Amino acid sequence: MQECKYILAKSGQDFAPYKRALVMLGESNKRVIVLGADLSNSTEIDGFRDRFPDRFFNIGVAEQNEMNIAVGLAIEGEIPFVHSFGVFVTRRVYEQVCVQVAMQNINVKIVGSIPGLTSRLGPTHQAIDDLALMRTLPNMTVIDPADATEILQAVPAIAEHSGPVYIRMMRREVPLIFDPEKYHFQIGKAACIQEGQDVTIIACGVMLQNALASLPLLEQNNINPTLLHISTIKPIDTTAIIEAASKSRLIITIENHLITNGLGSSIAEIIAENGLGNTLIRMGLRDEFAAPGTQEYLFERYQLNSRHIVEKILEGLKNKK
Amino acid sequence: MQDIDNLKELDKKDEKDEKDEKAEKAKEVRRLIIQMIAEANSGHPGGSLSMTDIITTLYFSIMNHSAANPTWEERDRFVLSKGHACPAFYAVLALCGYFPISELMNLRKLGSILQGHPDHEVTPGVDFSTGSLGQGISAACGMALAGKIDKKNYRVYVIIGDGESQEGQVWEAAMSAAHYKLDNLCAFLDYNKLQIDGEVEKIMNIEPVVDKWKAFGWNTLRIDGHSIEQIIEAVGIAHKTKDKPTMIVADTIKGKGVSFMEGRVGFHGVAPTRDQEQQALSELM
Ligand SMILES: Cc1ncc(C[n+]2csc(CCOP(=O)(O)OP(=O)(O)O)c2C)c(N)n1
Ligand SMILES: [Mg+2]
Repeated sequence: MQECKYILAKSGQDFAPYKRALVMLGESNKRVIVLGADLSNSTEIDGFRDRFPDRFFNIGVAEQNEMNIAVGLAIEGEIPFVHSFGVFVTRRVYEQVCVQVAMQNINVKIVGSIPGLTSRLGPTHQAIDDLALMRTLPNMTVIDPADATEILQAVPAIAEHSGPVYIRMMRREVPLIFDPEKYHFQIGKAACIQEGQDVTIIACGVMLQNALASLPLLEQNNINPTLLHISTIKPIDTTAIIEAASKSRLIITIENHLITNGLGSSIAEIIAENGLGNTLIRMGLRDEFAAPGTQEYLFERYQLNSRHIVEKILEGLKNKK
Repeated sequence: MQDIDNLKELDKKDEKDEKDEKAEKAKEVRRLIIQMIAEANSGHPGGSLSMTDIITTLYFSIMNHSAANPTWEERDRFVLSKGHACPAFYAVLALCGYFPISELMNLRKLGSILQGHPDHEVTPGVDFSTGSLGQGISAACGMALAGKIDKKNYRVYVIIGDGESQEGQVWEAAMSAAHYKLDNLCAFLDYNKLQIDGEVEKIMNIEPVVDKWKAFGWNTLRIDGHSIEQIIEAVGIAHKTKDKPTMIVADTIKGKGVSFMEGRVGFHGVAPTRDQEQQALSELM
């Protein structure tokens, strides 16, 4: 099996990378303004608040107002970062994001905390449709980082980028997968982690962890996969996907989201539109709201663990024969 | 003459007993809140304890409802718009008999009927699911409006938070309830002066909140939200008020009843440790 050139020899966890990334960004870019909605610790903007109180605004429990204040700031040349849980900066403010941010192509950065099943608080707090909602909007860039290295690199990158961005944000103990010396995050670029000919696994966000954990199990079964990591859901790296799809007939996608209109759907579109003819298995939530519970429980319940990835691949390969 | 005096004395004694009984009920609810959140090791004690006297008084002294028949058509409706404070709601429902008290110890457990936010699909006695702030009060308006359309006599009660009042939708609801003259709607503002990030006044001031509700066309009262007498009296006034919804701005203390939680922002969404649970329970004896 080919060793991945970006992955740390010993992966682990990093505590609150976003909190640090935002403070560092504040140091280097004085136009960055941080907006919150009564969740400062939960969204890890408290570090920025304490360091740059003059550029921090807590709008209260009022996400719609928060979003449009950001629009006003951006029109005047500031670079606002808008925060709340992923559900509230997407569903709750969808019209504001669509008509004000996306339609006018305004330079607002939307940060959705605790994406998908990483929230234990039940369906009102689990953003399982945020990628879909944001991907649908013209002009919107959509990012689902997999680890601390990507977060630390993506934050300055989205500030540099001109135009609206939605980024999912993991908090507290965040996986540390990529070697910061070797990995270079770029908006719109996928990372091919490993090349093999039996199956192509495509993962995004926190699911990269599970995909990586499935590799030794696959090896035991003499299956040699290609593993492609997609952190930018939109604009998606079509070239890298077409190439990865050419390696094997079977493609399997895994996302911390509904299988509709997130990663899996994006891949399906590329396969169909380019006439690639691969068989596609999409892993994720299937047309249902999730239950409350811990991440471990929910990954098990919705069959999103490494073990399930292997099972699905074995099933897919058997059906092919 | 003497007999009448005696009777008066007896009446007073009965009144006092009844008052003690009501206060005792609220204490019991507070104990259950502490126990279930400690057991779950997660949940929102502060905002549950601040609204305990209100919700306990509603369910035990004011509302028409039936635990045996949670969907009884004539029942008074209740919406907990600040859904995160559901431990107080669950404790009251259990004490009323909607489900066994032992069920409370399954708060937030996998597959339990009692989750971190009220879900009407799984919990008997919950009329409306909440958890996303600012929405429950609009639904309460809809329920009250339906009562008018169907010429039903039920009344609708709703509790909102002061942080929650920063949501614009709360004020859209305020406007519509007055517009439709929903005098069958009675709202409480659990005015505990705190939200997650600190004092409401410093985060995003909602004052002058009484004037705001008045200006929106509501019959607006201000009470001590820990005085059961004042709660009953205010709801009595709401009941008699014609053509206007009533907002009862209830001054409360976040974490009320537990010394180390009172007025402390740190206990918004943090469970007590087992030691803190013991201390809290001894204070609530
Ligand atoms: C729309 C929405 N935004 C944010 C949250 C997260 N949240 C939960 S409780 C809370 C603070 C509420 O403060 P308050 O209404 O004062 O509640 P209380 O003090 O009564 O607990 C916030 C921001 C939410 N549940 N819904
Ligand atoms: Mg409050």
